[in-house]
Amino acid sequence: MTVPLLKIEGLTKAYPGVVANSDVSFAIQPGEVHALLGENGAGKSTLVKMIYGLVRPDAGRMALRGVPYHPAKPSEARNQGVAMVFQHFSLFEALNVAENVALGMENPPPMKQLAERIRAVSQEYGLPLDPGRLVGDLSAGERQRVEIIRCLLQDPKLLIMDEPTSVLTPQEVGILFQTLRQLSGEGTAILYISHKLEEIRTLCDEATILRRGRVVATCTPRDRTAREMAELMVGQVLTPPAKAPKTPGPVALEVRDLSVASPNPFGTALKSVSFSLRRGEVLGIAGVAGNGQDELLLALSGEVTSPPQAVQIDGAPVGHLGPNARRALGLVAAPEERLGHAAAPDMSLTENALLSAHVRKGFLRRGFIDWAAVERFAKDVITAFDVRTPGTDVAARALSGGNLQKFVIGREILQNPSVIVVNQPTWGVDAAAAAAIRQALLDLAAKGTAVVAISQDLDELLEIADSFAALNEGRLTPPRPAQGLTVDQIGLMMGGAHGMDVAHRHEEAGASA
Amino acid sequence: MIRLEKRPTPSRFWTAATPVLAVIATMVAGGLMFAALGKDPLEAIRTIFWDPLFHPQFAGYSRPQLLVKAGPLILIAIGLSLGFRAGVWNIGAEGQYIIGAICGAAVGLAFYPAAGWYIFPLMVIAGALGGFVWAMIPGILRTRFNTSEILVSLLLVYVAQALLASVALGVLRNPQGGGFPGSRNLAQYPAAANLELIPGTGMHWGVVAAFIAVIASFVLLQRHILGFNIRLSGQAPRAARFAGVSPTALVLTCLGVSGVLAGMAGLFEAAGPSGKISIDFASGYGFTAIIVAFLGRLNPVGILLAGLLMALTYIGGELAQFMLGLPKASIQAFQGMLLFFLLALDLTSNYRLRLAKREVA
Repeated sequence: MTVPLLKIEGLTKAYPGVVANSDVSFAIQPGEVHALLGENGAGKSTLVKMIYGLVRPDAGRMALRGVPYHPAKPSEARNQGVAMVFQHFSLFEALNVAENVALGMENPPPMKQLAERIRAVSQEYGLPLDPGRLVGDLSAGERQRVEIIRCLLQDPKLLIMDEPTSVLTPQEVGILFQTLRQLSGEGTAILYISHKLEEIRTLCDEATILRRGRVVATCTPRDRTAREMAELMVGQVLTPPAKAPKTPGPVALEVRDLSVASPNPFGTALKSVSFSLRRGEVLGIAGVAGNGQDELLLALSGEVTSPPQAVQIDGAPVGHLGPNARRALGLVAAPEERLGHAAAPDMSLTENALLSAHVRKGFLRRGFIDWAAVERFAKDVITAFDVRTPGTDVAARALSGGNLQKFVIGREILQNPSVIVVNQPTWGVDAAAAAAIRQALLDLAAKGTAVVAISQDLDELLEIADSFAALNEGRLTPPRPAQGLTVDQIGLMMGGAHGMDVAHRHEEAGASA
Repeated sequence: MIRLEKRPTPSRFWTAATPVLAVIATMVAGGLMFAALGKDPLEAIRTIFWDPLFHPQFAGYSRPQLLVKAGPLILIAIGLSLGFRAGVWNIGAEGQYIIGAICGAAVGLAFYPAAGWYIFPLMVIAGALGGFVWAMIPGILRTRFNTSEILVSLLLVYVAQALLASVALGVLRNPQGGGFPGSRNLAQYPAAANLELIPGTGMHWGVVAAFIAVIASFVLLQRHILGFNIRLSGQAPRAARFAGVSPTALVLTCLGVSGVLAGMAGLFEAAGPSGKISIDFASGYGFTAIIVAFLGRLNPVGILLAGLLMALTYIGGELAQFMLGLPKASIQAFQGMLLFFLLALDLTSNYRLRLAKREVA
């Protein structure tokens, strides 16, 4: 075999209180698409940050083309042909594409020349991009292209991609994969980080699976089922949530022609959103991040108000009412952002239990708080949802993401709501906790609660939803029964390729000829 | 290299211990400063902290001054602390204090020379209303037009000072004062006087009100949903929206309460220790109360202690000025050190200091 492009031996990195990577070794061959698989917190990010020179390893060796490699900073990594596309983009919305690309370069060429090169590279790799457009006007998928092209201009030998598909529709994923295959065909190796197993099976040649900072397995993804890889990743046998058969009840939540502006200056306004939901039904709302998910949650929870008739609970108009009045009528919500929105970081779990539950649980007598009852409720949530915490007086910020999410969801579920709205219920949560949360939502629906689940995780929605709709630029598609929907159809509901259909046209034309 | 590491939960021990440590550190650093000025540091510290309370010659005068000075500081700081906890920055308590004094005193003077038990309560209500209205100006401007309450409330202090000078020379001037500026002496008008309740202690109605405010604020913050909402809004504004707190109502409540308390403090001062409305009536209580609020870490009991401590350094500082000839600026620097050390040491309740080697390449 040839000398591997990148060889990693015994890489170890410890942070106070946690070992992020322990004795990690693997190798990437030129032109190989190598997957790095693992749950949240398995150590994937730390590992790639070491390769990209953002973090220094405590121990271990790296070699690039057989030569010792220890980048002290990202620019050294870039000079040696290692490039990275981050999950979160670092682009300036007020600048155009070429200006953004120039900002990332040490010696940018004149703007005109740079624009030419951007155009040439984007043509070559099927990533059409107009260098003169403002980044603020681009979709998430197009912004990602800016980042990718920024990397390609450096002619990298190794391209690291951190969860690149989390902001893409299935169609956009398809376009990206064609580009990545083309790059790999030209000899560029790709280190692809993800926890989406089907993607890895279609794209990657080799996979290294991390669990708690260690390499637990290496495999060839095409030869394994997604199930097998998931179990390697999680380290336990997974049971899919059980859906009980049920008969939907009367309409619990009716949303009619809901249009509200976003409270956030860079947010997306909701445009004439309509749907109705029966008791016991689960509506899954898909969509690429930033298409109005936060705004929909705010408008339903009552943090943003609307004309009275636009939102109705059990037939009563509530659009003009605030969160507590809606809670009194049976609607509870769990926002996406756990720390700072669903929970106050520096307050104890008892205080956080009071935060959204005092209306339905009757914790107040003429405004005075019955702290003993609140603490009992907090303990109930902790027991019922297996929240790992030393006690109820611990600050919310001390809990891990998964545990806090279980607490937040549990706090809402134990209020016996008639409607529950959740946004990204399992975002950043480990697989076991995610399964528990999904099961709890299904159990709640089985008891007759109407559930609105907003999520960017299509697999999750297909697992729990009875009907399915998608948000695209603040508009909601009409809900369709989830049964029998294909990922392709869902992708089209999510807005298809967001004006990126032109990509790879010449290849398709070539293929059909 | 020293690194700071955030504690998962704030340390109870350090939260309680830092004020004590801050006072000790201030004494050490202040002592060094006094030594550098050529004074005996131990004597200076003793004059500031010990003599006002126990000096055989001066304590008789200065001991009651402790409550006289601490009363308004505590009363104003309690009101400010509620707003500060909610992220509502009322910097203009001094203005609300002045307007409260003017309004309250005006009511008293309007009744002069009538007698009646109802006059003093009416004056208190008028003082409270005056402070309330003055605080509502930044409140309404913020909730309606999103202006900064910090700037508006601060600038209104200067308006209040100009008003004070104008009424002291104009409508409220003592007609029997022989043309001198300043109002009649309310302390010598029994129906309107805020007299010492227990002789020799300095205890007047303003001090009583301050103690009541401490207790009420403690109960509010610990047991009442409004107190919870105030804390929540300051710590996590989005979570407060989620919990159904209306930001507008909260801003107005916090500014209103702090205005009422500052206005009352102004009236109690005008009808008691000061006795009259004069050009130099305002003595900076409204600004010092900001320091007291933070020194007491926005906690009612802490504010009570901080108010007493601050009053002590004022009285002791004056004593040290004329006993030892220390410059006034050095006393102010000493008070500044107290706040500095408290805030610096405050870090230890949320962070842990670690000595660590630099990361090796």
